[in-house]
Amino acid sequence: MNKIPRTPMRNQDAIERRNHFLEVALGYSLEEARAEAARCIQCKNPRCVVACPVRVKIPEFIKLLLEDALDEAFETIYEDNILPSICGRVCPQESQCEGACILNIKSESVAIGALERFVGDYGMDKNLADKPVKENNGIKVAVVGSGPAGLANAASMRRKGYDVTIFEALHEYGGVLSYGIPDFRLPKDIVKNEIDNLKKMGVTFVRDVVVGKSITIEQLFEDGYQSVFIGSGAGLPSALGVAGENLNGVYYANEFLTRVNLMKARNEPLSKTPMKLGDTIAVVGGGNVAMDAARTAKRLGAKDVFILYRRDRKSLPARLDEIHHAEDEGIDLRLLTNPVELIGENHVVKQVRCEKMKLGEPDSSGRQRPLPTGEFVTFDIDNIIIAIGQKPNPIIKDNTLGLQTQPWGGIITDEFQMTSLPGVFAGGDVVTGAATVILAMGAGKDAAHHMDEYLKTTTR
Amino acid sequence: MYDIVEKRILQNDIEWMRVRAPFVARNAQPGHFVMVRVDADGERVPLTIVDHDQTDVVIIYQKLGYTTRQLSFKQEGDTLETFQGPLGKAAHIRDKQHVIGVAGGVGSAPLLPQLKAYKEKGIRVDAILGARSQEYLILLDEYRAICDHVYITTDDGSLGQEGRVTDALKIRLETDASIDHVIAIGPAIMMKYVVEMAKSHQRSVDVSLNPIMIDGTGMCGNCRVSIAGKTFFACIDGPDFAGEAVDFDELIARQSYYKKEEHDCFLRLKDE
Ligand SMILES: Cc1cc2nc3c(=O)[nH]c(=O)nc-3n(C[C@H](O)[C@H](O)[C@H](O)COP(=O)(O)OP(=O)(O)OC[C@H]3O[C@@H](n4cnc5c(N)ncnc54)[C@H](O)[C@@H]3O)c2cc1C
Ligand SMILES: Cc1cc2nc3c(=O)[nH]c(=O)nc-3n(C[C@H](O)[C@H](O)[C@H](O)COP(=O)(O)OP(=O)(O)OC[C@H]3O[C@@H](n4cnc5c(N)ncnc54)[C@H](O)[C@@H]3O)c2cc1C
Ligand code: SF4
Ligand code: SF4
Ligand code: FES
Repeated sequence: MNKIPRTPMRNQDAIERRNHFLEVALGYSLEEARAEAARCIQCKNPRCVVACPVRVKIPEFIKLLLEDALDEAFETIYEDNILPSICGRVCPQESQCEGACILNIKSESVAIGALERFVGDYGMDKNLADKPVKENNGIKVAVVGSGPAGLANAASMRRKGYDVTIFEALHEYGGVLSYGIPDFRLPKDIVKNEIDNLKKMGVTFVRDVVVGKSITIEQLFEDGYQSVFIGSGAGLPSALGVAGENLNGVYYANEFLTRVNLMKARNEPLSKTPMKLGDTIAVVGGGNVAMDAARTAKRLGAKDVFILYRRDRKSLPARLDEIHHAEDEGIDLRLLTNPVELIGENHVVKQVRCEKMKLGEPDSSGRQRPLPTGEFVTFDIDNIIIAIGQKPNPIIKDNTLGLQTQPWGGIITDEFQMTSLPGVFAGGDVVTGAATVILAMGAGKDAAHHMDEYLKTTTR
Repeated sequence: MYDIVEKRILQNDIEWMRVRAPFVARNAQPGHFVMVRVDADGERVPLTIVDHDQTDVVIIYQKLGYTTRQLSFKQEGDTLETFQGPLGKAAHIRDKQHVIGVAGGVGSAPLLPQLKAYKEKGIRVDAILGARSQEYLILLDEYRAICDHVYITTDDGSLGQEGRVTDALKIRLETDASIDHVIAIGPAIMMKYVVEMAKSHQRSVDVSLNPIMIDGTGMCGNCRVSIAGKTFFACIDGPDFAGEAVDFDELIARQSYYKKEEHDCFLRLKDE
């Protein structure tokens, strides 16, 4: 079997990059992409494809890449994944496609994500996604939210001929892709490009509209929309639930990232929406959001940034690449450490008290459960950023009569992704809870199929 | 983009603006607010919906810092970049006999639609309007049109009684037993003292909390307030709350965390 090592991706220098928000991972050149593509042994029953949530035809596109048929390689990916440049960058490949790659057994997996990124960027440069679409059939459908779920749903519905309008609550489109994931991982011009593609396809975008408040789901139907897709995500920050959480200097990751990304506090020290950050920053959590917050804090000039995580290293849910990048940038991981109290002075946080944890039996998630030890440590801090998860925003649930939801706020859907309201579909984080870009995208795309079936039986 | 249809100067630092925003007007109710962004680099600030019709929404703002001043440079025919709403929970109109509204400064703008809503339910309403001096008092005619009595206090005595709104409120609560509810809207420190006074005179009291907001839709958590030891997000759970158990000291501290940055930004506006 193939023992050639994986082609590494070039990264920006770890010291240099701490000072700016330019993308860290630089991508493959054509030669590097070819070399990496040649490592794929073109399995007859590719395990990688099964492990991709949207079943990208991986060996096919890799083969086309090797044959220099880059346009066709792009088309092949695009059939299943309309956001290849984005997914190539942010998918947790090690637990999906690459995790299942057969080469993993004896050597290292094919760098599927990096290849997908390469082909996606090629397609973006050559404008390959800009294709004529079906004429507008005059049947209006509404999409709530412009994150990956909403964008994928809108693209699929538009291709099926529908007259699609996306309603977005914020003043920028893209959901977490715009306000959450920082530029050094996902440059915003890539997101903008995807949105422009949808505009060119004839999708109508309306911003500053909070569905449930500005217009209710019922009013959407009154206004002639025949079906609605809810892709409103999981944007409500979860609380730690410890004393001192409302002290000044305590941020939820959402506030921190929103100030920096959406409101552009990163651009200038005197931004109209400022960001106040001291020298010593604790970040609570171990997922992508925590890594992004920590690395962002470093870039804003914080000297000492550390992560507090109550489990061990192998349980960190963040993408492997990002954990490595964070450590390279000097972010300290303080594992098996659980914050139990925030201590302040004059309403400003000064210290975080933590309990040391040890590992017990595996819990329902299969990871070893962290157990308290009765031993405590206290760290001096200037700010603390809480990144322990998000739940769906309650606005739609609270303002939509008859919409059934889970106790934690998620929208309940049936096997056809329809909610308890006829013609109203949902997908992405608002259904699953905070998950991944590719799952949200897949849910948006699949829902389009069900919406089309539904509309065929109700409108004709 | 949202068109400024009409603009008036109410007092030297307080302005009135009617903005075309059908998506906001459609479901607007007393107590709701909008998030406004003046231009594409602007910050998002919350302003109460003072009045609305089918297509237009009225806001009243006091020129305080960068964004409200930037807003005041805009004229009829100009546009605003973001005008998002209606946000927040509509004011809870309680089953009461006689309500007294207490407004400090520009708080008289958000108080007016609430008192109107009480009045429309056939409930008797009075108002106490307080300000630094005469030049900061607004909407007196509008209040006189719906209130049985309008009491005015100014810090310098330039109009009405010299002193604070709480001085006037004390007399009302001591002398008029029919008053069974108080609504206070204004600076946090004023609301804190009004709540104390209402409590000591056994009257229920509602307040409208004004923490710093960024998105206004429940996403950032910046607007969190503590009430009876529980955390609420003012933008989705409020901004109106029963006042009795609000932690005003925390609110005041949270409002001032960005004071220096706001000031720096403001100074830059002067340079521009
Ligand atoms: C900091 C961060 C880093 C992440 N990193 C990764 C990663 O590396 N890899 C990965 O796969 N996943 C990552 N994720 C998770 C991923 O971004 C989400 O799972 C994905 O974006 C969910 O897509 P969605 O379309 O369901 O929701 P969202 O992206 O949240 O989009 C929902 C949109 O709906 C809008 N909306 C909400 N309510 C309303 C309403 N009432 N009316 C109108 N619009 C509304 C919101 O404003 C938002 O724009 C990360 C998340 C965060 C926060
Ligand atoms: C629900 C709600 C309704 C409001 N309604 C009105 C109204 O009808 N009329 C009116 O004049 N004012 C209202 N305010 C206050 C108004 O939002 C602030 O005066 C405005 O944001 C000041 O911005 P600035 O840049 O001009 O001043 P800055 O110099 O930035 O700040 C001055 C003070 O305003 C407050 N403030 C600043 N930024 C924000 C923000 N993003 N969110 C909330 N407060 C902030 C802070 O306490 C600060 O110290 C309301 C506030 C809230 C929360
Ligand atoms: S979409 Fe994600 S999981 Fe699927 S092949 Fe691409 S990188 Fe892998
Ligand atoms: S499992 Fe690995 S080697 Fe096999 S087709 Fe997929 S990428 Fe290629
Ligand atoms: S303003 Fe962001 S959650 Fe309330």
